[in-house]
Amino acid sequence: MLRYLLRRMIVMGASLLAASVVIFSVVELVPGDPASFMLGTGAQPETLAALRQQMGLDDPLPLRYAAWLGAILQGDFGTSFTYKTPVAPMIGERLQVSLPLAVLALVLAVALALPMGLHAAAQRGRVGDGLAMGAAHLGIALPNFWLAMLLVLVFAVHLRWLPAGGFPGWSDPLAALRSLILPAIALALPQAAILARVLRSSLVETMGQDYIRTARAKGLSRGQTLRRHALRNALIPVLTILGMQFSFLLAGAIIIENVFYLPGLGRMIFQAITQRDLIVVQSAVLVLVAAVIAVTFLVDLAYAAVDPRLRRA
Amino acid sequence: MIRLEDLSLSIGGWPVLDRVSLDLQPGITGLVGESGSGKSMTALAIMGLLPERTVTSGKVLLDGMDLLALPERAMRALRGKRIGMIFQEPMTALNPLMTIGDQVAEVLRIHEGLDRRAALARAREGLDRVGLPAPRFPLTLYPHELSGGQRQRVAIAMAIALRPDLLIADEPTTALDVTTQARILDLLRDLVRQDGMTLLLITHDLAVVAGMADRVAVMQAGRIVESGPTEAVFRSRSHPYTRQLFTASGHRPGRQPPPPAGPLLQVTGAVREYRAADGGLRALDGVGLTIGRGESVGLVGESGCGKSTLARAILGLDPLQAGQIRLEGQSIGPGHRMPRDLRARMQAVFQDPFGSFDPRWRVDRLLAEPFHLTGRPADWRDRIGAALAEVGLHPNNARKFIHEFSGGQRQRLAIARALIIRPSLIVLDEAVSALDVQVRAQVLDLLARLQADHGLAYLFISHDLSVVRGITDRILVMQAGRIVEEGPTDRIIDAPRHDHTQALVRAMPKIPADWS
Repeated sequence: MLRYLLRRMIVMGASLLAASVVIFSVVELVPGDPASFMLGTGAQPETLAALRQQMGLDDPLPLRYAAWLGAILQGDFGTSFTYKTPVAPMIGERLQVSLPLAVLALVLAVALALPMGLHAAAQRGRVGDGLAMGAAHLGIALPNFWLAMLLVLVFAVHLRWLPAGGFPGWSDPLAALRSLILPAIALALPQAAILARVLRSSLVETMGQDYIRTARAKGLSRGQTLRRHALRNALIPVLTILGMQFSFLLAGAIIIENVFYLPGLGRMIFQAITQRDLIVVQSAVLVLVAAVIAVTFLVDLAYAAVDPRLRRA
Repeated sequence: MIRLEDLSLSIGGWPVLDRVSLDLQPGITGLVGESGSGKSMTALAIMGLLPERTVTSGKVLLDGMDLLALPERAMRALRGKRIGMIFQEPMTALNPLMTIGDQVAEVLRIHEGLDRRAALARAREGLDRVGLPAPRFPLTLYPHELSGGQRQRVAIAMAIALRPDLLIADEPTTALDVTTQARILDLLRDLVRQDGMTLLLITHDLAVVAGMADRVAVMQAGRIVESGPTEAVFRSRSHPYTRQLFTASGHRPGRQPPPPAGPLLQVTGAVREYRAADGGLRALDGVGLTIGRGESVGLVGESGCGKSTLARAILGLDPLQAGQIRLEGQSIGPGHRMPRDLRARMQAVFQDPFGSFDPRWRVDRLLAEPFHLTGRPADWRDRIGAALAEVGLHPNNARKFIHEFSGGQRQRLAIARALIIRPSLIVLDEAVSALDVQVRAQVLDLLARLQADHGLAYLFISHDLSVVRGITDRILVMQAGRIVEEGPTDRIIDAPRHDHTQALVRAMPKIPADWS
């Protein structure tokens, strides 16, 4: 177990380092010097040169990479070109919206997908299966912004149960949570549909295994074998999908953030790209990559928790 | 105790069983027949675990109660309690994510409502009883930490935990090597005697039945064609199908020993180690062997003795760490990969006729694959037709997919694929072990004929001496990465010298010589 953990941690560290190199070089390679962008097209060459020197843009590449990485390790992500404020608190603020939103959406997705997948697998080939999988099909096909608009119409405009958009901040946790519910549902439904389908097919495959027949020969009912023997075995591919979905939800919520006027990470990255605020883009992408790698690590831990063959490897 | 009365069943309109009547009394009843004859379906019908869309008629009577008419809930109460069952594949029959203790305890928990602690205590007794005693085999082990034979013992412990009246064992030892098979059969025999149990032993192996069963039923195409006390049935062989099975199981193809010729393959001092968490494993520990041109050599040993590692090294799939392989004078040292032209002189046929073909390729493409070693000749299509004809298949099979063939036909195709580039050596790794006796006899005949026609050399790998007996000139016996005995086939089997060879010969199931 310890050996497995250690190996995963080394892989995690190495991936992070490699990702930082790639992110740094990509931003360096993109045409468009941040200094000239900041000063506009009519800038004097001397001013430009002075600014370039001040920003350290004239130093050799490896040196700049080392300086960049060193600062980041101390929590200094640099200063935004556009807003002239430190990037780290900006990202932190956005994460306060995006992280709870992603977690909430994922929890909702799992809560929906688990009973749906189990039910469909138990009813395999019968009406219940057809209905559940039909609903899942629909969930995957519907674009989430359309769902979002529908949710706003029903629950905010007509029923007035929940706010239609905006984010009041965490000073009032209840209000903050309320404003995240509709976006979380809009994000969760398509993910739940995907998860339910994966879980169902994984369960159906598992139910064909020899050890399921053994369990039936012991006197277990079909439902008991499904819950006691098949479910854990079927979870392994589901965990993989779950990890990928979390990474997507963290930054991929940009459309939903726009529909609900949420100050999330996705919107910030989008704005930074249009404004060529490269230092923000770079930092945000690094944070996202770190999050994805951390989630992958968690998924690896979950594999080990489920599968003894990995624990004792 | 259990009686089958005119049991017929069909699946999706296909008739599978045809008026099967069978009376199971305490003791051991053998059910023999080729694959597809309906043996397993008979077992599943008794268990009430038939696949969907099965239509049944007739009766399965347990103490006068018709199980076929019983609702699922009532049937569930009998399964695992009054009727237990074990299956062929111990490697996949246990839940990989559950400890063996919990898996045995589960039977006690669902039928007797015991709490986990009490059930685990009883599971401990059960595992002790099947030869998995306490300190060495704690309840917390997972299936992957056990060998195939040990897993089958766990399956047996589950099936007999509640001392059922009837135990059904469906090919319980077919996937195990002979020495493990002998031990599992001993265990089953003892349990039947101790508990006064009824055992329905399903197998394709007549010798296993001869050594175990009090009574036997012979099944063909969904019918029981003959039944009675084992000795009487096996002595008289009154039904033609029974006779066929006997002829096939004792079949030895007519072969001429090849004229002595120079060495084709020489392996010297072969070493191959695997690293593992708990130290290393020396799978090959200085193995040396020679195969002459046109010679057929058997390599026999238990699973895990290094046979397959040796085969992989010879085929150039894994480099050796020390030692040398010399083929037709060309030498491959440790750490070196085998060049293509050398590899082209060897081909392989493996055990699993289902897994060793790409299901999306047609036969002509499958058979033409070895040409990538030699370059594809212009007349490759003709050669494929010829290869098909040579293994007894019509050349118009070339455009078919692999699922359109039976197990025996697939193994013929595997042989055709090996032959297509005219190798001098074919390595056959358990190549006939998965086949029914009759099909096996045909494939052995085919191999004997091809050897005579083409002067092929064979390295025939098996855990079972009786399989290699008819097709080899010489046998090598392997144990723990070493060759422990070597000699002419008949001498090895009739007068084994090494302890391990003697154990292998003892473990071979045999039909008593005076029964024929």
